[in-house]
Amino acid sequence: MFTRMCAMFIPVTMELLDGFWETLKVFLLTLVCALPLGLIVSFGSMSKFTPLKALVKCFVWVIRGTPLMLQLIIIFYGPGLLFDLPAMPRFTATIIAFSINYACYFSEIYRGGIESISKGQYEAGQVLGLTKGQIFFRIVLPQVVKRIMAPMSNEVITLVKDTSLARIISVYEIIWAGESFIKKGLLWPLFYTGAFYLLFNGVLTLLFGRIEKKLNYYRG
Amino acid sequence: MALLEVKNIKKDFGKVQVLKGVSFSLEKGQVLAIIGSSGSGKTTLLRCLNFLETPDEGEIIVDGKQLFAAGTKYTDDQIRENRLHFGLVFQNFNLFPQYNVLKNVTLAPTLLQKGTPEELDALGKRLLEQMGLSNKINAYPCELSGGQQQRVAIARAWAMHPEVLCFDEPTSALDPELTGEVLRVIKGLKGEDRTMIVVTHEMDFAKSVADVVIYMADGVIEEIGTPEEIFEHPKSEKTRAFLHGFQEAF
Ligand SMILES: Nc1ncnc2c1ncn2[C@@H]1O[C@H](COP(=O)(O)OP(=O)(O)O)[C@@H](O)[C@H]1O
Ligand SMILES: [Mg+2]
Repeated sequence: MFTRMCAMFIPVTMELLDGFWETLKVFLLTLVCALPLGLIVSFGSMSKFTPLKALVKCFVWVIRGTPLMLQLIIIFYGPGLLFDLPAMPRFTATIIAFSINYACYFSEIYRGGIESISKGQYEAGQVLGLTKGQIFFRIVLPQVVKRIMAPMSNEVITLVKDTSLARIISVYEIIWAGESFIKKGLLWPLFYTGAFYLLFNGVLTLLFGRIEKKLNYYRG
Repeated sequence: MALLEVKNIKKDFGKVQVLKGVSFSLEKGQVLAIIGSSGSGKTTLLRCLNFLETPDEGEIIVDGKQLFAAGTKYTDDQIRENRLHFGLVFQNFNLFPQYNVLKNVTLAPTLLQKGTPEELDALGKRLLEQMGLSNKINAYPCELSGGQQQRVAIARAWAMHPEVLCFDEPTSALDPELTGEVLRVIKGLKGEDRTMIVVTHEMDFAKSVADVVIYMADGVIEEIGTPEEIFEHPKSEKTRAFLHGFQEAF
Protein backbone atom coordinates (compact mmCIF):
# COMPACT_ATOMS: atom_id res chain seq x y z
CA MET A 1 0.00 0.00 0.00
CA PHE A 2 2.70 2.43 1.06
CA THR A 3 4.93 1.62 -1.87
CA ARG A 4 2.00 2.04 -4.22
CA MET A 5 1.34 5.43 -2.75
CA CYS A 6 4.95 6.37 -3.29
CA ALA A 7 4.83 5.28 -6.88
CA MET A 8 1.70 7.35 -7.49
CA PHE A 9 2.86 10.39 -5.56
CA ILE A 10 4.50 12.21 -8.43
CA PRO A 11 1.78 11.64 -11.06
CA VAL A 12 -0.92 12.57 -8.53
CA THR A 13 0.95 15.74 -7.57
CA MET A 14 1.28 16.68 -11.23
CA GLU A 15 -2.43 16.15 -11.80
CA LEU A 16 -3.36 18.14 -8.70
CA LEU A 17 -1.03 20.95 -9.74
CA ASP A 18 -2.94 21.07 -13.01
CA GLY A 19 -6.17 21.36 -11.05
CA PHE A 20 -4.69 23.93 -8.73
CA TRP A 21 -3.67 26.07 -11.67
CA GLU A 22 -7.36 26.24 -12.64
CA THR A 23 -8.24 27.08 -9.03
CA LEU A 24 -5.69 29.87 -9.10
CA LYS A 25 -7.11 31.24 -12.34
CA VAL A 26 -10.61 31.47 -10.85
CA PHE A 27 -9.16 33.06 -7.73
CA LEU A 28 -7.05 35.69 -9.50
CA LEU A 29 -9.58 36.64 -12.16
CA THR A 30 -12.29 36.97 -9.51
CA LEU A 31 -10.09 39.28 -7.46
CA VAL A 32 -9.17 41.41 -10.45
CA CYS A 33 -12.86 41.89 -11.32
CA ALA A 34 -14.43 41.98 -7.88
CA LEU A 35 -12.06 44.45 -6.19
CA PRO A 36 -12.95 47.40 -8.45
CA LEU A 37 -16.54 46.23 -8.98
CA GLY A 38 -17.04 46.13 -5.22
CA LEU A 39 -15.96 49.77 -5.00
CA ILE A 40 -18.55 50.73 -7.61
CA VAL A 41 -21.23 48.73 -5.78
CA SER A 42 -20.27 50.48 -2.52
CA PHE A 43 -20.74 53.87 -4.20
CA GLY A 44 -24.21 52.73 -5.24
CA SER A 45 -25.06 51.63 -1.72
CA MET A 46 -23.98 55.02 -0.37
CA SER A 47 -25.65 57.04 -3.13
CA LYS A 48 -27.70 60.06 -2.13
CA PHE A 49 -30.10 59.12 -4.94
CA THR A 50 -32.52 56.98 -2.94
CA PRO A 51 -33.90 54.72 -5.71
CA LEU A 52 -30.37 53.70 -6.77
CA LYS A 53 -29.33 53.16 -3.18
CA ALA A 54 -32.40 50.98 -2.52
CA LEU A 55 -31.83 48.98 -5.68
CA VAL A 56 -28.18 48.33 -4.90
CA LYS A 57 -28.89 47.45 -1.27
CA CYS A 58 -31.57 45.02 -2.43
CA PHE A 59 -29.17 43.44 -4.92
CA VAL A 60 -26.49 43.05 -2.26
CA TRP A 61 -29.07 41.48 0.04
CA VAL A 62 -30.06 38.91 -2.61
CA ILE A 63 -26.47 38.03 -3.48
CA ARG A 64 -25.32 37.75 0.09
CA GLY A 65 -28.53 36.01 1.13
CA THR A 66 -28.37 33.12 -1.34
CA PRO A 67 -25.76 30.40 -1.83
CA LEU A 68 -22.98 31.08 -4.31
CA MET A 69 -23.57 27.57 -5.63
CA LEU A 70 -27.10 28.52 -6.65
CA GLN A 71 -25.84 31.73 -8.26
CA LEU A 72 -23.36 29.71 -10.32
CA ILE A 73 -26.16 27.47 -11.58
CA ILE A 74 -28.45 30.40 -12.38
CA ILE A 75 -25.76 32.32 -14.26
CA PHE A 76 -24.70 29.29 -16.25
CA TYR A 77 -28.11 27.77 -17.05
CA GLY A 78 -30.37 30.80 -16.57
CA PRO A 79 -29.79 32.68 -19.84
CA GLY A 80 -30.41 29.53 -21.89
CA LEU A 81 -33.51 28.44 -20.00
CA LEU A 82 -35.08 31.87 -19.76
CA PHE A 83 -34.13 33.56 -23.01
CA ASP A 84 -32.96 30.73 -25.22
CA LEU A 85 -29.51 32.27 -25.37
CA PRO A 86 -26.56 30.05 -26.31
CA ALA A 87 -24.68 28.77 -23.27
CA MET A 88 -21.60 30.74 -22.35
CA PRO A 89 -18.35 28.94 -21.56
CA ARG A 90 -18.42 27.38 -18.09
CA PHE A 91 -15.31 29.18 -17.04
CA THR A 92 -16.74 32.58 -18.04
CA ALA A 93 -19.93 31.87 -16.10
CA THR A 94 -17.82 30.97 -13.08
CA ILE A 95 -15.87 34.22 -13.19
CA ILE A 96 -19.07 36.25 -13.61
CA ALA A 97 -20.82 34.54 -10.70
CA PHE A 98 -17.79 34.74 -8.42
CA SER A 99 -17.09 38.38 -9.32
CA ILE A 100 -20.65 39.49 -8.62
CA ASN A 101 -20.79 37.54 -5.39
CA TYR A 102 -17.48 38.77 -4.07
CA ALA A 103 -18.04 42.33 -5.27
CA CYS A 104 -21.09 42.43 -3.00
CA TYR A 105 -19.12 41.22 0.01
CA PHE A 106 -16.25 43.59 -0.77
CA SER A 107 -18.69 46.48 -1.24
CA GLU A 108 -19.86 46.18 2.34
CA ILE A 109 -16.28 46.17 3.57
CA TYR A 110 -15.47 49.22 1.45
CA ARG A 111 -18.60 50.97 2.68
CA GLY A 112 -17.66 50.38 6.29
CA GLY A 113 -14.17 51.70 5.62
CA ILE A 114 -15.30 54.74 3.67
CA GLU A 115 -17.92 55.68 6.25
CA SER A 116 -15.32 55.45 9.01
CA ILE A 117 -13.28 58.30 7.52
CA SER A 118 -14.13 61.56 9.25
CA LYS A 119 -15.93 64.37 7.48
CA GLY A 120 -12.98 66.57 8.39
CA GLN A 121 -10.72 64.71 5.94
CA TYR A 122 -13.06 65.52 3.05
CA GLU A 123 -13.44 69.11 4.19
CA ALA A 124 -9.69 69.58 4.52
CA GLY A 125 -9.40 68.51 0.88
CA GLN A 126 -12.30 70.70 -0.18
CA VAL A 127 -10.98 73.90 1.35
CA LEU A 128 -7.66 73.28 -0.40
CA GLY A 129 -9.55 73.31 -3.70
CA LEU A 130 -9.13 69.63 -4.55
CA THR A 131 -11.59 67.88 -6.83
CA LYS A 132 -13.90 65.13 -5.62
CA GLY A 133 -11.78 62.55 -7.40
CA GLN A 134 -8.55 63.83 -5.87
CA ILE A 135 -10.10 63.85 -2.43
CA PHE A 136 -11.35 60.30 -2.82
CA PHE A 137 -8.31 58.72 -4.41
CA ARG A 138 -5.53 60.68 -2.70
CA ILE A 139 -6.95 61.34 0.74
CA VAL A 140 -9.77 58.93 1.56
CA LEU A 141 -9.00 55.68 -0.26
CA PRO A 142 -5.44 55.22 1.09
CA GLN A 143 -6.82 55.48 4.62
CA VAL A 144 -9.67 53.10 3.76
CA VAL A 145 -7.22 50.51 2.44
CA LYS A 146 -5.39 50.47 5.75
CA ARG A 147 -8.59 50.13 7.75
CA ILE A 148 -10.10 47.29 5.70
CA MET A 149 -7.00 45.09 5.44
CA ALA A 150 -8.11 42.61 8.14
CA PRO A 151 -11.67 41.94 6.87
CA MET A 152 -10.35 41.86 3.31
CA SER A 153 -7.79 39.18 4.09
CA ASN A 154 -10.61 37.10 5.57
CA GLU A 155 -12.68 37.35 2.40
CA VAL A 156 -9.73 36.65 0.15
CA ILE A 157 -8.86 33.48 2.04
CA THR A 158 -12.50 32.38 1.89
CA LEU A 159 -12.42 32.96 -1.85
CA VAL A 160 -9.52 30.53 -2.26
CA LYS A 161 -11.64 27.78 -0.77
CA ASP A 162 -14.89 28.84 -2.45
CA THR A 163 -13.37 28.25 -5.88
CA SER A 164 -14.17 24.54 -5.38
CA LEU A 165 -17.85 25.41 -5.83
CA ALA A 166 -17.21 25.83 -9.56
CA ARG A 167 -17.42 22.03 -9.85
CA ILE A 168 -21.20 22.34 -9.70
CA ILE A 169 -21.16 23.57 -13.30
CA SER A 170 -18.38 21.17 -14.22
CA VAL A 171 -15.42 23.49 -14.09
CA TYR A 172 -12.26 21.54 -13.54
CA GLU A 173 -10.27 22.55 -10.47
CA ILE A 174 -8.21 20.90 -7.78
CA ILE A 175 -10.98 19.11 -5.85
CA TRP A 176 -12.19 17.68 -9.13
CA ALA A 177 -8.69 16.58 -9.93
CA GLY A 178 -8.43 14.87 -6.54
CA GLU A 179 -11.82 13.23 -6.80
CA SER A 180 -11.03 11.77 -10.21
CA PHE A 181 -8.60 9.35 -8.52
CA ILE A 182 -11.43 7.73 -6.53
CA LYS A 183 -12.53 5.91 -9.67
CA LYS A 184 -9.06 4.41 -9.78
CA GLY A 185 -9.44 3.30 -6.16
CA LEU A 186 -7.34 6.07 -4.61
CA LEU A 187 -8.89 8.16 -1.87
CA TRP A 188 -5.81 9.91 -0.52
CA PRO A 189 -5.33 12.34 -3.46
CA LEU A 190 -8.61 14.02 -2.45
CA PHE A 191 -7.29 14.56 1.07
CA TYR A 192 -3.97 15.64 -0.36
CA THR A 193 -5.69 18.61 -2.09
CA GLY A 194 -6.05 20.15 1.37
CA ALA A 195 -2.29 20.62 1.49
CA PHE A 196 -2.43 22.82 -1.61
CA TYR A 197 -5.11 25.07 -0.11
CA LEU A 198 -3.29 25.19 3.18
CA LEU A 199 0.01 26.09 1.60
CA PHE A 200 -1.46 28.78 -0.62
CA ASN A 201 -3.48 30.33 2.19
CA GLY A 202 -0.35 30.30 4.31
CA VAL A 203 1.40 32.35 1.66
CA LEU A 204 -1.57 34.75 1.49
CA THR A 205 -1.62 35.11 5.26
CA LEU A 206 2.07 36.02 5.27
CA LEU A 207 1.49 38.45 2.42
CA PHE A 208 -1.39 40.20 4.19
CA GLY A 209 0.66 40.32 7.36
CA ARG A 210 3.42 42.09 5.48
CA ILE A 211 1.05 44.57 3.88
CA GLU A 212 -0.53 45.36 7.24
CA LYS A 213 2.89 45.87 8.75
CA LYS A 214 3.89 48.11 5.88
CA LEU A 215 0.77 50.23 6.33
CA ASN A 216 1.55 50.57 10.02
CA TYR A 217 3.96 53.42 9.35
CA TYR A 218 1.21 55.79 10.48
CA ARG A 219 -1.70 55.77 12.87
CA GLY A 220 -5.15 57.10 12.09
CA MET B 1 -11.76 99.11 -2.25
CA ALA B 2 -12.25 96.36 0.30
CA LEU B 3 -10.63 93.01 -0.39
CA LEU B 4 -13.49 91.07 1.15
CA GLU B 5 -17.09 92.13 1.29
CA VAL B 6 -19.63 89.96 3.04
CA LYS B 7 -23.20 91.12 2.60
CA ASN B 8 -26.20 90.02 4.60
CA ILE B 9 -25.29 86.35 4.97
CA LYS B 10 -28.13 84.23 6.33
CA LYS B 11 -28.04 80.53 7.02
CA ASP B 12 -30.68 78.17 8.41
CA PHE B 13 -30.27 74.62 9.60
CA GLY B 14 -33.83 73.35 9.37
CA LYS B 15 -35.89 75.60 11.57
CA VAL B 16 -32.95 77.19 13.35
CA GLN B 17 -31.58 80.37 11.85
CA VAL B 18 -27.89 80.29 12.71
CA LEU B 19 -26.78 83.37 10.77
CA LYS B 20 -29.32 86.14 10.68
CA GLY B 21 -27.76 88.60 8.29
CA VAL B 22 -24.02 89.09 8.70
CA SER B 23 -22.25 91.90 6.82
CA PHE B 24 -18.73 93.23 7.11
CA SER B 25 -15.80 94.14 4.92
CA LEU B 26 -12.08 93.75 5.28
CA GLU B 27 -9.15 95.59 3.70
CA LYS B 28 -6.19 93.77 2.26
CA GLY B 29 -3.68 92.85 4.96
CA GLN B 30 -6.12 93.32 7.79
CA VAL B 31 -6.63 90.80 10.55
CA LEU B 32 -10.16 90.30 11.79
CA ALA B 33 -10.76 88.60 15.12
CA ILE B 34 -14.21 87.15 15.75
CA ILE B 35 -15.19 86.54 19.34
CA GLY B 36 -18.45 85.33 20.80
CA SER B 37 -19.92 82.59 22.89
CA SER B 38 -20.28 79.06 21.69
CA GLY B 39 -23.22 78.52 19.35
CA SER B 40 -23.30 82.11 18.12
CA GLY B 41 -22.55 81.06 14.53
CA LYS B 42 -18.81 81.78 14.21
CA THR B 43 -17.92 78.41 12.72
CA THR B 44 -20.90 78.53 10.39
CA LEU B 45 -19.76 81.93 9.11
CA LEU B 46 -16.25 80.63 8.32
CA ARG B 47 -17.75 77.54 6.69
CA CYS B 48 -19.92 79.77 4.49
CA LEU B 49 -16.86 81.76 3.43
CA ASN B 50 -15.13 78.52 2.48
CA PHE B 51 -18.20 77.22 0.69
CA LEU B 52 -18.55 74.23 2.99
CA GLU B 53 -22.04 75.57 3.68
CA THR B 54 -24.22 77.41 1.21
CA PRO B 55 -25.76 80.58 2.63
CA ASP B 56 -29.51 80.97 2.12
CA GLU B 57 -29.13 84.67 1.48
CA GLY B 58 -26.34 87.13 0.91
CA GLU B 59 -23.29 87.82 -1.19
CA ILE B 60 -19.58 87.19 -0.95
CA ILE B 61 -17.28 89.48 -2.93
CA VAL B 62 -13.50 89.20 -3.11
CA ASP B 63 -11.41 91.87 -4.80
CA GLY B 64 -14.50 93.28 -6.49
CA LYS B 65 -15.46 89.91 -7.93
CA GLN B 66 -18.74 88.41 -6.85
CA LEU B 67 -17.97 84.83 -5.85
CA PHE B 68 -21.32 84.02 -4.38
CA ALA B 69 -24.82 85.39 -4.58
CA ALA B 70 -27.66 83.46 -3.00
CA GLY B 71 -30.07 82.00 -5.51
CA THR B 72 -27.43 81.44 -8.20
CA LYS B 73 -26.67 77.83 -9.07
CA TYR B 74 -22.97 77.06 -9.01
CA THR B 75 -21.31 74.03 -10.55
CA ASP B 76 -18.88 71.91 -8.56
CA ASP B 77 -16.05 73.44 -10.54
CA GLN B 78 -17.14 77.00 -9.82
CA ILE B 79 -17.39 76.24 -6.11
CA ARG B 80 -13.94 74.70 -6.23
CA GLU B 81 -12.52 77.77 -7.97
CA ASN B 82 -14.19 80.00 -5.39
CA ARG B 83 -12.67 78.03 -2.55
CA LEU B 84 -9.20 78.89 -3.81
CA HIS B 85 -9.72 82.48 -2.64
CA PHE B 86 -10.09 81.28 0.93
CA GLY B 87 -8.20 78.98 3.25
CA LEU B 88 -9.41 77.38 6.44
CA VAL B 89 -7.48 76.11 9.43
CA PHE B 90 -9.65 73.77 11.46
CA GLN B 91 -9.99 73.52 15.20
CA ASN B 92 -8.90 69.87 15.09
CA PHE B 93 -6.24 70.20 12.33
CA ASN B 94 -7.55 67.48 9.97
CA LEU B 95 -4.08 66.66 8.68
CA PHE B 96 -3.77 63.75 6.26
CA PRO B 97 -2.42 60.94 8.48
CA GLN B 98 -0.94 58.85 5.66
CA TYR B 99 1.35 61.62 4.41
CA ASN B 100 4.38 63.09 6.09
CA VAL B 101 4.50 66.73 7.10
CA LEU B 102 6.05 68.00 3.87
CA LYS B 103 3.62 66.05 1.70
CA ASN B 104 0.68 67.38 3.73
CA VAL B 105 1.82 70.86 2.74
CA THR B 106 2.67 70.16 -0.90
CA LEU B 107 -0.13 67.73 -1.80
CA ALA B 108 -2.74 70.29 -2.87
CA PRO B 109 -0.43 72.60 -4.84
CA THR B 110 1.06 69.52 -6.51
CA LEU B 111 -2.30 68.04 -7.50
CA LEU B 112 -3.50 71.43 -8.72
CA GLN B 113 -0.23 71.97 -10.61
CA LYS B 114 0.80 75.19 -8.94
CA GLY B 115 4.45 74.67 -9.77
CA THR B 116 7.15 72.14 -10.57
CA PRO B 117 7.84 69.48 -7.94
CA GLU B 118 11.13 71.23 -7.08
CA GLU B 119 9.45 74.62 -6.62
CA LEU B 120 6.71 73.17 -4.47
CA ASP B 121 9.19 71.19 -2.42
CA ALA B 122 11.12 74.39 -1.76
CA LEU B 123 7.91 76.26 -0.96
CA GLY B 124 6.85 73.57 1.51
CA LYS B 125 10.22 73.58 3.23
CA ARG B 126 10.26 77.36 3.44
CA LEU B 127 6.78 77.52 4.98
CA LEU B 128 7.60 74.77 7.44
CA GLU B 129 10.78 76.57 8.42
CA GLN B 130 8.70 79.67 9.06
CA MET B 131 6.47 77.52 11.28
CA GLY B 132 9.55 76.33 13.18
CA LEU B 133 9.17 72.78 11.90
CA SER B 134 12.29 72.32 9.77
CA ASN B 135 13.28 69.25 11.76
CA LYS B 136 9.88 67.61 11.34
CA ILE B 137 9.35 67.60 7.59
CA ASN B 138 9.62 63.82 7.34
CA ALA B 139 7.56 63.08 10.45
CA TYR B 140 3.98 61.81 10.26
CA PRO B 141 1.13 63.74 11.89
CA CYS B 142 0.66 61.03 14.54
CA GLU B 143 4.22 61.67 15.73
CA LEU B 144 3.59 65.37 16.42
CA SER B 145 2.15 67.30 19.32
CA GLY B 146 -1.12 69.17 18.81
CA GLY B 147 0.69 72.46 18.52
CA GLN B 148 3.02 71.07 15.87
CA GLN B 149 0.11 69.55 13.97
CA GLN B 150 -1.71 72.86 13.95
CA ARG B 151 1.39 74.61 12.63
CA VAL B 152 1.58 72.07 9.81
CA ALA B 153 -2.08 72.77 9.08
CA ILE B 154 -1.33 76.48 8.86
CA ALA B 155 1.54 75.86 6.44
CA ARG B 156 -0.71 73.56 4.41
CA ALA B 157 -3.36 76.27 4.11
CA TRP B 158 -0.79 78.96 3.24
CA ALA B 159 0.81 76.86 0.53
CA MET B 160 -2.26 77.51 -1.64
CA HIS B 161 -1.81 81.29 -1.22
CA PRO B 162 -5.43 82.07 -0.38
CA GLU B 163 -6.40 85.74 -0.37
CA VAL B 164 -8.19 85.32 2.94
CA LEU B 165 -7.07 82.75 5.48
CA CYS B 166 -9.60 81.76 8.12
CA PHE B 167 -8.80 80.14 11.46
CA ASP B 168 -11.55 78.45 13.44
CA GLU B 169 -10.46 78.46 17.09
CA PRO B 170 -6.97 77.27 16.11
CA THR B 171 -5.88 76.71 19.70
CA SER B 172 -9.07 75.38 21.28
CA ALA B 173 -8.07 71.73 20.85
CA LEU B 174 -4.61 72.30 22.32
CA ASP B 175 -3.21 71.90 25.79
CA PRO B 176 -2.77 75.37 27.33
CA GLU B 177 1.02 75.18 27.19
CA LEU B 178 0.89 74.63 23.41
CA THR B 179 -1.35 77.54 22.47
CA GLY B 180 1.50 80.06 22.61
CA GLU B 181 3.54 78.53 19.79
CA VAL B 182 0.51 78.49 17.46
CA LEU B 183 -0.57 82.03 18.29
CA ARG B 184 3.01 83.18 17.72
CA VAL B 185 3.15 81.81 14.17
CA ILE B 186 -0.23 83.34 13.34
CA LYS B 187 1.06 86.64 14.67
CA GLY B 188 4.15 86.18 12.53
CA LEU B 189 2.04 85.88 9.39
CA LYS B 190 0.53 89.30 9.91
CA GLY B 191 1.96 92.18 8.00
CA GLU B 192 2.94 90.29 4.88
CA ASP B 193 -0.15 91.62 3.18
CA ARG B 194 -1.99 88.60 4.44
CA THR B 195 -5.65 89.01 5.18
CA MET B 196 -6.84 86.82 7.99
CA ILE B 197 -9.98 86.03 9.94
CA VAL B 198 -9.41 84.41 13.31
CA VAL B 199 -12.19 83.03 15.46
CA THR B 200 -10.71 82.89 18.92
CA HIS B 201 -11.31 82.88 22.64
CA GLU B 202 -7.80 84.22 23.27
CA MET B 203 -8.64 87.81 24.10
CA ASP B 204 -5.06 88.97 24.60
CA PHE B 205 -4.17 87.57 21.22
CA ALA B 206 -7.17 89.29 19.61
CA LYS B 207 -6.20 92.57 21.25
CA SER B 208 -2.62 92.46 20.07
CA VAL B 209 -3.05 91.08 16.54
CA ALA B 210 -6.43 92.19 15.23
CA ASP B 211 -7.13 95.37 13.29
CA VAL B 212 -10.85 94.75 13.54
CA VAL B 213 -12.81 92.82 16.14
CA ILE B 214 -16.31 91.42 15.71
CA TYR B 215 -18.35 90.26 18.64
CA MET B 216 -20.98 87.79 17.45
CA ALA B 217 -24.08 86.85 19.40
CA ASP B 218 -27.02 84.74 18.26
CA GLY B 219 -26.14 84.84 14.58
CA VAL B 220 -25.63 88.58 14.26
CA ILE B 221 -22.72 90.96 14.59
CA GLU B 222 -23.52 92.52 17.91
CA GLU B 223 -20.60 94.90 17.72
CA ILE B 224 -17.72 95.63 15.37
CA GLY B 225 -14.79 97.95 15.94
CA THR B 226 -11.10 98.29 16.64
CA PRO B 227 -9.71 96.18 19.49
CA GLU B 228 -9.58 99.35 21.54
CA GLU B 229 -13.26 100.07 20.91
CA ILE B 230 -14.44 96.53 21.62
CA PHE B 231 -12.26 95.68 24.57
CA GLU B 232 -11.92 99.06 26.27
CA HIS B 233 -15.14 100.86 25.38
CA PRO B 234 -17.77 98.33 24.32
CA LYS B 235 -21.00 100.05 23.41
CA SER B 236 -23.31 97.06 23.57
CA GLU B 237 -24.55 95.71 26.87
CA LYS B 238 -24.19 92.17 25.52
CA THR B 239 -20.54 92.71 24.56
CA ARG B 240 -19.83 94.08 27.99
CA ALA B 241 -21.49 91.11 29.67
CA PHE B 242 -19.57 88.65 27.45
CA LEU B 243 -16.20 90.26 28.10
CA HIS B 244 -16.98 90.53 31.79
CA GLY B 245 -17.88 86.83 31.91
CA PHE B 246 -14.57 86.11 30.22
CA GLN B 247 -12.54 88.04 32.75
CA GLU B 248 -14.27 86.16 35.53
CA ALA B 249 -13.55 82.82 33.94
CA PHE B 250 -9.85 83.43 33.42
N1 LIG C 1 -24.78 71.13 10.25
C1 LIG C 1 -25.57 71.64 11.22
N2 LIG C 1 -26.83 71.18 11.36
C2 LIG C 1 -27.65 71.70 12.31
N3 LIG C 1 -27.30 72.65 13.18
C3 LIG C 1 -26.04 73.13 13.09
C4 LIG C 1 -25.12 72.66 12.11
N4 LIG C 1 -23.95 73.33 12.24
C5 LIG C 1 -24.15 74.19 13.27
N5 LIG C 1 -25.40 74.07 13.77
C6 LIG C 1 -25.96 74.87 14.88
O1 LIG C 1 -25.73 76.22 14.58
C7 LIG C 1 -25.43 76.94 15.77
C8 LIG C 1 -24.15 77.72 15.56
O2 LIG C 1 -23.09 76.81 15.45
P1 LIG C 1 -21.59 77.25 15.18
O3 LIG C 1 -21.53 78.04 13.93
O4 LIG C 1 -20.77 76.04 15.25
O5 LIG C 1 -21.30 78.21 16.42
P2 LIG C 1 -19.93 78.62 17.08
O6 LIG C 1 -18.81 78.24 16.16
O7 LIG C 1 -20.04 80.08 17.28
O8 LIG C 1 -19.86 77.90 18.38
C9 LIG C 1 -25.37 75.94 16.88
O9 LIG C 1 -26.56 76.02 17.62
C10 LIG C 1 -25.25 74.63 16.19
O10 LIG C 1 -25.88 73.62 16.92
MG1 LIG D 1 -17.19 76.95 16.49
